[in-house]
Amino acid sequence: MNFDLLFDPLFRTPFLVGLIMSVLLPLLGNLLRIRDEWLAALGLAYLAGATGLIGLAFGIPTVLGAPLGALAGAAIKAFVHSHGNTIYAMMVLAGWCTTMLVAANSPLGDVMGHALIDGQLYFAGNVHLTVTVVLGVVALATLPRVSAPLIRACLLPRHELANRLPAWRWHLSFDALVALGMAVGAGTLGLMAAFAMAFVPPLIAFRIARNWRRCQWLSVAVGVTTYVVAFVVALLLDQPFGPALVAVLTVAALLSLAVRRR
Amino acid sequence: MSVTLLEVEALETGYSAPIIGPITFSVERGHVVGLVGPNGVGKSTLLKAIADNAQIFGGTVTRKDGLTIAWMEQQQARLPEMPFDGWEYLSYAQATRHAPPERLASWLDQRIDSLSGGQFQFLSCWAALGGSAELVLLDEPTNNLDDASADALRTILRRDGAGRSNRAVLIVSHDQAFLEGICDRVLDIRG
Repeated sequence: MNFDLLFDPLFRTPFLVGLIMSVLLPLLGNLLRIRDEWLAALGLAYLAGATGLIGLAFGIPTVLGAPLGALAGAAIKAFVHSHGNTIYAMMVLAGWCTTMLVAANSPLGDVMGHALIDGQLYFAGNVHLTVTVVLGVVALATLPRVSAPLIRACLLPRHELANRLPAWRWHLSFDALVALGMAVGAGTLGLMAAFAMAFVPPLIAFRIARNWRRCQWLSVAVGVTTYVVAFVVALLLDQPFGPALVAVLTVAALLSLAVRRR
Repeated sequence: MSVTLLEVEALETGYSAPIIGPITFSVERGHVVGLVGPNGVGKSTLLKAIADNAQIFGGTVTRKDGLTIAWMEQQQARLPEMPFDGWEYLSYAQATRHAPPERLASWLDQRIDSLSGGQFQFLSCWAALGGSAELVLLDEPTNNLDDASADALRTILRRDGAGRSNRAVLIVSHDQAFLEGICDRVLDIRG
């Protein structure tokens, strides 16, 4: 094992990109889980993957091509006024078949398909870092404003209608933010790793945390810790990053079963 | 001068067809109004119509401009996982204007998905009453409540300390004795 790799400047930008996503995706995942829309992370990631792959075929970086598919998914969801996981299951199917068909019919399809599934974090450059930082800033500005009304809509589902509130504003803002988050996540961490990062930390935190504030902190702590472990393991053992992250998150989920809420 | 918050005029309401009506009444600020009637008569549907959640087939519901509503439904949302403690629940329900009743104190540090049905019912009542909404709708508030909680709720609804003079409360119940002890007037909607 070459420990010098961990301090190689070549991997600093990729590490930073993944670190930002390991904070953001669990926070988005918490709100998706309370809305019972956790499958959104996978559905939007698949759509992002499909358009990311189409973009790659035309020489467009995944991190720019992927948001188009995810935003289209968010727009479709808003258009059909759908709540729950059904619409996201349809996105998984549409995204998967598109990805497979594009991969099968483009010259570099197989290689590109693998790159998308495995994750391209180690190839993240300044474009990826810029997009990720912008996304982080947008999330920082959006989440504090939309979280409270989104949670209220889950706990008191008819409050918005009874008070004639313009609820579409915060629901659409959040859906768009999730779409962008999953698109950037799929284009950097990898499709399944982005989903796992939005799904597993909230899964653990919801079971263990005593309240919502701790749930937020715990999910971010799980996200960052598992990300750092996966980054080091994948680098030292020369493994693809995406599967390594999913493996670490899966182990974390299993280990968390031994922890009881106090 | 009394301010009318809600005026219901010859209202016929339901979902695919009318369930209840025609019914006429009004609710003025500072009043606690009860609607009593047997199960299935359409009391909850009437509240839904007032809160824009049911179809109106005839008559009118006129709300004061900008009226704010807090609504405790008969079936509250109890999600499979709710990692919120009682304080957070009240905060998201915007029910932090008044100090919570003593009866709630020992439950507020617990996760709300660990509360019993009766405890959650009482918390939900306070989530509607503890805020600044001008009109509070309570749908069968005594369901699942033990005697101590029902007494505590009665006390809250009787006293003026919970901002009663600044708002109105409309309570639907099949429990006439409960309503007669707390309401300024009780309307019988047996159909």
